[in-house]
Amino acid sequence: MASRNDVATSPGAGAADHANARIEISGLTKRFLTPAGEVFTALHGVSFTVEPGQFCAVVGPTGCGKSTTLSMVSGLDRPSEGSVKVGGREVSGITDGVSFMFQTDALLPWKTVLGNVLMGPVFRRVPKHQAQASARDWLRRVGLAGFEDRYPHQLSGGMRKRVAMAAALINEPKILIMDEPFGALDVQTKAIMSTELLSLWEQIRPSVVFITHDLDEAVALADRVVVMTSSPGSVKAVFDIDLPRPRGSVQEIRFQPRFIELQHQIWDTLREEVERAYALTAGGKQ
Amino acid sequence: MSTTSTVAAAPATDGGKGPAATAAQRAAKRRVAQVWAGRIGLAVFVIGGWQAFTTWGIVDPFFFGQPSGIWQRLIDLFQHGTQFGSFYQNIWTTIEEALVGFVVGSLTGVVFGVALGQSRYLSDVLGPYIKMVNAIPRIVLGSIFIVAFGIGVTPKILLAAVLVFFIVFFNAFQGVREVDRNVLANVRVLGASRMQITRHVIVPSALTWIIASLHSAFGFAVVGALVGEVLGAQSGLGLVIKTAQNNFDPNGVFAAMLVIAVIVLGAEWLIGKLEHRLLSWRPPTPSETNVI
Repeated sequence: MASRNDVATSPGAGAADHANARIEISGLTKRFLTPAGEVFTALHGVSFTVEPGQFCAVVGPTGCGKSTTLSMVSGLDRPSEGSVKVGGREVSGITDGVSFMFQTDALLPWKTVLGNVLMGPVFRRVPKHQAQASARDWLRRVGLAGFEDRYPHQLSGGMRKRVAMAAALINEPKILIMDEPFGALDVQTKAIMSTELLSLWEQIRPSVVFITHDLDEAVALADRVVVMTSSPGSVKAVFDIDLPRPRGSVQEIRFQPRFIELQHQIWDTLREEVERAYALTAGGKQ
Repeated sequence: MSTTSTVAAAPATDGGKGPAATAAQRAAKRRVAQVWAGRIGLAVFVIGGWQAFTTWGIVDPFFFGQPSGIWQRLIDLFQHGTQFGSFYQNIWTTIEEALVGFVVGSLTGVVFGVALGQSRYLSDVLGPYIKMVNAIPRIVLGSIFIVAFGIGVTPKILLAAVLVFFIVFFNAFQGVREVDRNVLANVRVLGASRMQITRHVIVPSALTWIIASLHSAFGFAVVGALVGEVLGAQSGLGLVIKTAQNNFDPNGVFAAMLVIAVIVLGAEWLIGKLEHRLLSWRPPTPSETNVI
């Protein structure tokens, strides 16, 4: 764990790329055809911008299309209307320089920890020797040195998240997309992982889009919080979080008066939507 | 298991030499002994009963054979061979046919399963035809293969391969369909090409299914080879069985059956080894952990 102290030596590689790490989402609409043959609008006219190197959190009630938005930013899905632009270019197909972290494990159970982290460089045809060195380096940065030869099933939930984090960051992405990455973790582990995420993010400074249910987590981590409405999802409000950086421990920031103030402000906006979404699902509608 | 070990760990220093640990070991040994006693007892009961009933004349050994007769017939076969070459040579013919058919069938099964599992278009087009072919009693194809390719080894290999193909194919196809969506999305975002996705994700994921199918597939390869030989051959265990049947010699049929069972068990053991090697990444199943 002491190894995390010398992370500052990492060079800010790819800093030139960061200028085109701006994400512009404008008028994004997504419709699905339900199995019953009806058209379901998941997203309606979503627009917001993430500046290069900015940490943007997206909060909203369940089923408001947060994940759908992310899959269109990464290029896994196509919008029905509107567009996503990354660095001024419209997304079509898998966006280059993007990494994704999911709520559930996306590790390959048949690969070792090292093999999982190696995937990114291997897919990009980085020479094997170089790829291994960088994978070992990233495992050390997330505090998993010595676990290279373990299989994912031999690790705890928090450790698996660290592996996923190393695997996502090893390509030094200009955009990091996170879909409730710590949602399945217990509260303490979540706080530790959030703090570590912040320190790693500060090293390579990708633009981050971070989905969460947890408003505290959103305010503690992000520069900008986007509040979405219940289904069909659209942007209700955008808040800029002016808490100073580096923020240090995520657990301690919660007690700052400014944090509490912001948290209350955003919650007032969000509460209405959460209640509406709850009423919809509790009212027998599926 | 966990309770005994924690109890033992507290008073004993290390090495599990505490009284509780030895008691647990003794209990485990006793269980193993009981299982084996049960197994041997069952074998003695069935084979002894068969032998006794045929000796007492309650069951006619002329129709149903007799364990001692089977044993003698087996020794006779190994020592004196058959009228169409030595017994070893006949065994080898069958193994060869089954093995080649098994390899050809499972390889094509995996290739087609993986390809069709990934392509929605191909699986939509070919799906109904594969279902239709699967509904045909494929064993009958043996007759056609014999007519077309003569009574050499080729028709038997083909029949074994066809039987194996469908089992492996359906499992590979299903295995590809079961690949975790999240994992797929993740590797796509990481920049994997189609080939890389197939190699690093789809094939390893489907391997669990494929290997499971290989166990039953080898049995079918042997069935294919045997049926082919019964239909028409110059050598092989199927021919031995057919000759024994024509001579009203049930002991000969049972003797050949025994040899086939040993072959299949051997192959099963080898496939088990392969499975263990290829799927070493899997977490141990609860039943495996409980065995002391």
